[in-house]
Amino acid sequence: MSHTNVSMTVNGKSMSAAVEPRTLLIHYLRENLGLTGAHIGCDTSHCGACTVDVDGRSVKSCTMFAVQAAGANVLTIEGMAADGALSALQEGFREMHGLQCGYCTPGMIIRAHRLLQENPNPSESEIRVGISGNLCRCTGYQNIVRAIQYAAAKMAGLEFKEAAE
Amino acid sequence: MIPGSFEYHRPADLSEALALLGRLDSDARLIAGGHSLIPMMKLRLAMPSHLVDLAGLSELKGVHLEGGEIVIGAMTTQHEIIGNDLLAQHAPILRETAEVIADPQVRYLGTIGGNVANGDPGNDMPALMMTLGANYVLRGAGGERRVAARDYYLSPYETAAEPGEVLAAIRVPLPPVGHGWAYEKLKRKVGDYATAAAAVILTVSEGAITTCAISLTNVGGTALFAADAAVSVVGTALDKPTLARAAAAGTAIAEPAADGRGSAEYRAKMAGVMTARALTRAFARAKS
Repeated sequence: MSHTNVSMTVNGKSMSAAVEPRTLLIHYLRENLGLTGAHIGCDTSHCGACTVDVDGRSVKSCTMFAVQAAGANVLTIEGMAADGALSALQEGFREMHGLQCGYCTPGMIIRAHRLLQENPNPSESEIRVGISGNLCRCTGYQNIVRAIQYAAAKMAGLEFKEAAE
Repeated sequence: MIPGSFEYHRPADLSEALALLGRLDSDARLIAGGHSLIPMMKLRLAMPSHLVDLAGLSELKGVHLEGGEIVIGAMTTQHEIIGNDLLAQHAPILRETAEVIADPQVRYLGTIGGNVANGDPGNDMPALMMTLGANYVLRGAGGERRVAARDYYLSPYETAAEPGEVLAAIRVPLPPVGHGWAYEKLKRKVGDYATAAAAVILTVSEGAITTCAISLTNVGGTALFAADAAVSVVGTALDKPTLARAAAAGTAIAEPAADGRGSAEYRAKMAGVMTARALTRAFARAKS
């Protein structure tokens, strides 16, 4: 089957690769562009480890063809640390121990990024609903929620205070 | 999992899409959000030789009022349904239902047109559209026709749409001001299809139900219009015996398969329980 040239903006840079129409976005990112931050977990659009941001939407990149994203603006975990400085979300995940094995983390952070863009001051339940398409098998989510709360506070210029138990 | 090979087409408008469908092999498939079709393609349960992507068809997007109906473009996403003020004001059951479909990522791409058109009995919107008395606008080379949601579903994945037709819009008659509504979905976890679910719209006057429509999700080969259950509550104030009768009528028409969600008997029973819960919540929300 013939290859077509698929171009998109990834983490602010114009990228292009010749792929088959059946090439999934996750494979385009990992194998053609060498961006291995987004992970393949379940490969069945359940786990969210492959989540990237496409034109302001959180997308499971195992369930989108690269050709569908032609011309789009894509953000992956590699684009989160501007000039090497951790973003508020990355810092939050480190400070609050929001990861153990780390496999879900790139998708979790990219999803949380879009959540905070749409709702800069989410409640705990809004965070839990917001990340309900991302599975973590280690943390029990407690510290992931804290990490996102930390980032929301930091982005608002506030100091993160833990809610009383 | 790698899908089979196909050629990709991205028409700019509906007439180009219809022309493509007329010219391509009969196994060309339309793709909207892709969250039903792409998983099937990855499992190679679907192997279309051509994909016609509707993403470029801006004429199939958006929600507006027209002549006493809400017109919802088929390419409107579940995420957009949830955030739409017009729907929140006139038919809030759409938001309540969209919020229990899949997960946030799927809702950014999944469309209402895809959800109702492909005939998957697990999808949530078909029962809702039956309850609302919606009509589907099908566009083909020969023009436009409308099919009632209640007549559209024939068997699993088999619908009244002809090859070469595109579902362009959904027309929902405006529910009466002050109506009560509820979509009750029993599921094992976020993202799951319903063990059983019920969609209810009703109106109340002086404490008694005056009109009612009920439909059920995922307890048969298609969504089911529960006419008997609805008739059984009209004229009542939804007392306990009435609720029990309505639940029994819901259970009676359910023909679910046994699966990981439970035995056929359990799932049929849950169809009745969801009917009763949805009726109770809708009744409480209705303004007399």
